Amino acid sequence: MDGMVGKKSTLVWAVHLSLAALVLLWLFPTAGLFVSSFRTSDQIATSGWWKAMVDSEQNLTLRAASPADQQEIDGKFVIEGNLFDGRKASDITAWGVSSKAIADYQPGDTATLRKGGTATVQANGDYRLENTEQFTGKRGTRIFVTATIAPEFTTDNYSNVLFDPNNSEGMAKAFINTLTVTIPATIIPILIAAFAAYALAWMDFPGRALLIAVVVGLLVVPLQLALIPLLKFHNQIGIGKGYLGTWMAHTGFGLPLAIYLLRNYMVGLPKDIIENARVDGATEFQIFTKIILPLSFPALASFAIFQFLWTWNDLLVSLVFLIDSTGETTVMTKRIVELLGTRGGNWEILATSAFVSIAVPLMVFFAMQKYLVRGLLAGSVK
Amino acid sequence: MHPVFQGLLTILIGVCGCVGYFYFSNLFLDKVLFPASGPNAGRNINRANIVRPWLFLFPALAALGLYLAYPVFETLRLSFTERLPNNQSRFVGLANYQQMMSEPKFWEALKNNMLWLLVVPAMSTAFGLLAAQLSDRVRWGNIAKSIIFMPMAISFVGAAVIWKLVYDTRPIEQEQIGVLNALYLYFGGTEPNTWLTIPFWNNFFLMAVLIWIQTGFAMVIISAALRGIPEETIEAAIVDGANPFQIFFKIKVPQIMGTIVVVWTTITIVVLKVFDIVFAMTNGQWETQVLANYMYDKMFRGIDWGVGSASAMVIMLLVTPILVWNVYNARKEMR
Repeated sequence: MDGMVGKKSTLVWAVHLSLAALVLLWLFPTAGLFVSSFRTSDQIATSGWWKAMVDSEQNLTLRAASPADQQEIDGKFVIEGNLFDGRKASDITAWGVSSKAIADYQPGDTATLRKGGTATVQANGDYRLENTEQFTGKRGTRIFVTATIAPEFTTDNYSNVLFDPNNSEGMAKAFINTLTVTIPATIIPILIAAFAAYALAWMDFPGRALLIAVVVGLLVVPLQLALIPLLKFHNQIGIGKGYLGTWMAHTGFGLPLAIYLLRNYMVGLPKDIIENARVDGATEFQIFTKIILPLSFPALASFAIFQFLWTWNDLLVSLVFLIDSTGETTVMTKRIVELLGTRGGNWEILATSAFVSIAVPLMVFFAMQKYLVRGLLAGSVK
Repeated sequence: MHPVFQGLLTILIGVCGCVGYFYFSNLFLDKVLFPASGPNAGRNINRANIVRPWLFLFPALAALGLYLAYPVFETLRLSFTERLPNNQSRFVGLANYQQMMSEPKFWEALKNNMLWLLVVPAMSTAFGLLAAQLSDRVRWGNIAKSIIFMPMAISFVGAAVIWKLVYDTRPIEQEQIGVLNALYLYFGGTEPNTWLTIPFWNNFFLMAVLIWIQTGFAMVIISAALRGIPEETIEAAIVDGANPFQIFFKIKVPQIMGTIVVVWTTITIVVLKVFDIVFAMTNGQWETQVLANYMYDKMFRGIDWGVGSASAMVIMLLVTPILVWNVYNARKEMR
């Protein structure tokens, strides 16, 4: 019996550990992007984001003040200051004055400069250059230091990507455009689908079963098939590429799921309520607006979240139906794909732009997770 | 007009239009066409009730017909035609399909799609099953579920950026900022790999993105099914001395097989339509082409609507068995 108990607790531990591993594995990629969006381009390029939280030892190339700042003290020319001027102070563990020997000296040592004179650097970054002759040249002497840098985060990336009006690659406009696409494309299909779902759930008419089957079938029709014919159609009726066509396309593509979800939910509503209302002389329209719609709120919310996530995250429909050659109507997903091409190495821009676009769906997700789960459970064809 | 106002106006017109349509068409039906009063009140009420469902259904049916059903047939027609300069088209029989078959890129796309179809649904379902089973047994299971479910909210494009950072490559003398290369070097790799350019294996690096997204979906559905398993069956197995693994594989999994099939087919559909991930990460280079991206290439870069439609029909053909299966099941359930 003791053996059994022992085994059981090992198993419990195994469950905890493997679940923790799974969760970390799933969280890790997103966390990387999130952390990177708060780091400077230097930090991102020189160390992995997972090292952002701890002190890191870095080799930096810093400059003393320019010779214009030198002072004459007791017949010597002196330049004084702190190497970390304007940056966060760090501990210097070694330093050097030549790019070939960047760690020849300890803090407090005095080195001889190649162009004449001596340099002394303290651990906190204070330096003093001395020379019997005048320092010449325009730029300050280079000093190479190995320093421990404390973790540092910045929100500059966000202000650059979102609020800088001069940044032609900014996300502000694309953000507004995405919102413009999303909201009508979420609201309108709900209304149309709700009426249709009510008819399919609670009205009796010939061909009802066939229609439901058609809706189930249309659920899986790939929207790839719709691209060319609809683009042709939009050109024919003269709306071409633009918001109107995009809203209509999103409405059409979202309807099968909307009808299917709402119908499944409405069928489950108690029959008595509806029949009592009918007996009491309520019209179908009244039954629908006064009874069915309020009771169906959870299903409406589920679908609204689906449609919102889907239209917000969509790339293909916007590429085909919305974005014209002027690029005025670009959406965030398209902008990010462009940045992947042109700014593939600039992770501070990429990470921040991507996170701006991810943030809204994530907020919706965490706020309304309950409805999303409910919708998924109702929406998968059993 | 600023698009934001245009958007607000559309919401207003759309909502008012819908409500107005339903309200006034019902009013018209009840008061003008078949008034429920006068000599033929009874007959009129019946007639109104025959017409009314179609009033409720009309906008939805029109939109579905125009935006999903009609395109299927139009694409089929286009796949047999060739576009001529002055907006004309000409019937060319199977020429588009023949041209498509002769292109190595098409076969590469089809082969890769098959690989995706084998790997992604299997891995997502397996991980989902694992996550569902594990998270049901610990107290912090709900938090774990939330985190594994979270990628569902992230766009394919966003996920592409996230995973590009994971796969990032720096020259060997610099520090690696991509996790995969950092780990690879840490565990004895000699030099960093540009993962997305290694033919064949890069497909798996792309698939990882979709598996990462779809696992949450599989987990949510399977978790609900696991909770629906009658307690008695499990208790009986425990009494009979089954160990936890036997309970899981021999008692629980067989009982939720139906749900697993649903999850599998749903993810299969997603895989067949996968476009954004490949488009954003490799754009089909280095032998990672898939059908949906091939089709987009043909349609909008090659401006070859005939071959584009033909490849769209291939996707449709692959979806059809699942479509038939879904319809069959839905009808069975309704009876």
